[in-house]
Amino acid sequence: MKPRLGDRYIFNRIWQTAPMLLGVVVVGFALVHIAPGDPILALAGEDGDEAYYEQMRERFGLDEPFLQQLGTYLGRVAQGDLGMSNIRGRPVIEVIGDRLPNTLLLAGTALVLSTFGGVAVGVWAASRSGGLRDRAVSASTLFLYALPVFWLGQIAILWLGLRLGWFPVQGRTDPRAAATGLAHWIDVAHHLALPSLVLASQEVAIVARLTRTGMIEELAAPHIDVARSKGLTRRRILFAHALPGSLLPVVTVIGNRIGHLVSGAVVVEIVFGWPGIGRLLVAATNDRDIPVLLGLFLLIGMSVLIANLITDLTYARLDPRIKLG
Amino acid sequence: MRVSTPASSSADRSWRRRLAAGRRRGFGADPAGRLARRRRFRGLRWLGAAMTATVALGAVFAARLAPYNPFSLAGPPLAEPSRAHLMGTDALGRDLFSAIVYGARTSLAVGLSTALAAAAIGLLIGLVSGYLGGAVDGGLMRLTEFVQIIPRFFLAIVVLAMFGEGYVNLVIVLAASSWPIIARAVRSLVLSERERPHVDAAQSLGATRRRIIGREILPAVWRTVAVMTGLLVADTILIEAGLSFLGLGDPDQPSWGLLASTAQQHLRTAWWLALFPGLAIVVAVLGVNLLVDSWSEDDTLLTR
Repeated sequence: MKPRLGDRYIFNRIWQTAPMLLGVVVVGFALVHIAPGDPILALAGEDGDEAYYEQMRERFGLDEPFLQQLGTYLGRVAQGDLGMSNIRGRPVIEVIGDRLPNTLLLAGTALVLSTFGGVAVGVWAASRSGGLRDRAVSASTLFLYALPVFWLGQIAILWLGLRLGWFPVQGRTDPRAAATGLAHWIDVAHHLALPSLVLASQEVAIVARLTRTGMIEELAAPHIDVARSKGLTRRRILFAHALPGSLLPVVTVIGNRIGHLVSGAVVVEIVFGWPGIGRLLVAATNDRDIPVLLGLFLLIGMSVLIANLITDLTYARLDPRIKLG
Repeated sequence: MRVSTPASSSADRSWRRRLAAGRRRGFGADPAGRLARRRRFRGLRWLGAAMTATVALGAVFAARLAPYNPFSLAGPPLAEPSRAHLMGTDALGRDLFSAIVYGARTSLAVGLSTALAAAAIGLLIGLVSGYLGGAVDGGLMRLTEFVQIIPRFFLAIVVLAMFGEGYVNLVIVLAASSWPIIARAVRSLVLSERERPHVDAAQSLGATRRRIIGREILPAVWRTVAVMTGLLVADTILIEAGLSFLGLGDPDQPSWGLLASTAQQHLRTAWWLALFPGLAIVVAVLGVNLLVDSWSEDDTLLTR
């Protein structure tokens, strides 16, 4: 069977991503080697004994020539072996795996909130471009770009948490609350509300601005004229005719924002005492637990690449022109 | 105003679209809306300029403007804002206002040096890639895409933890990871500029490659580079604040992010410690963004 053009696009796109995944690992490995000090310390932690170092040297082939070492390291990473955190006495992948679900919960909630919220605000602004609400939205998006996420978090804690007492301000659960069942999840959701809203705020600005620009372009297109002359309602034109086309740039940007979102999540976690990779990251920085830091870098770098791949493939499905282009 | 729009069919179409939209009433991309937007940015430019100037003045004249040494005891610990201490004092009795004035110096120095270094790298790679084309272009663009996709914040964390904290390392790692956006913009401008008649004319008059790049192509590029460099200054200030907040800044330099992280322990008792450092960051970043945004004609630049 002759392959369709779409298949070739998908194949090419995956083919482009593979060397980049490799590249992320090579960057990590190169950093370990350029950094001052014995690379074994970076892979095995600082306070092991000689026998342990010998074992780790063997495992990562550190006595072999550079390229062979790189090969061994790539093989290890491919098997999910990111080294040992000697300080924590456990494999890096486990240390990170313990914390990752919490970060994914926080970042995922923020992603969903900001996508829907941003699209809504964008449509609202574009429905009367140049008008008062449009200008208000433009000005507030500019303002949101300039907000450091930790500051927004601290202000939210001061005002909504401590002053008004609407939200708990630290942690993921209340120790006095039920630990199982529905009550547990309500407790988690209550703790999640403030950090996820804070994290979503900047993404809302980005999505809203993109949606607005896309809507304004789309509303000027000929098919909107057709819809108008058919006598469709304003609401129907906005949501059924203009919105789908203007969502394409929003889809692309999601992949690009994953890195930004996770960086923000790290900071938000510190502000709200949320037990995700952010606190792990700070603790690992303080203890110089390089294996954990390197593991986080590799994991996040790869996630961003894969998120980009997925959004590009989704995009190609939504917009058939891509496959032909 | 830049006049380098390539005479391509897609640009033509979008121009027609806008014109058609202008004839319609009601919603749509009417020229009136565009004009309104431009007017608004002209107005906000002065606000942005004033905010940027405030921060810059604080940075330059920190030693004169700060009433106290930011590192030494100046009053009672955790004192509320008062006439003696405009922004209150921290847990060690140090004057917050003084620390914030000195923090401007740190933020601007890191922001400017990172952005200028990234602009230099981006300009060079963009020019070479766009002008030479072919395999060089292909290779450089793959590299650019790769660097662009690496999460800057986490790369900086790993590098600072491995190579030691300090602003030299910070500027190096941020500059080395921030140039792709500039390189890509420069490359696409060079590609369209290269096809224009004045470049052909220079070529047929026997101008050297260096002269063509310097005299015929660079003038079309510098404005975009300036805008992007400005936005990068703001971006870097935010990233530096985030890193300092996580404890990866230079502990010997006053920095807004570091101040905000110490405020974290006193949220229940000393609101001023959290309010003012963040406010300073907002003034700096918003000021630079507004100022730079008014230079550019493209209102999607900020949504990178």
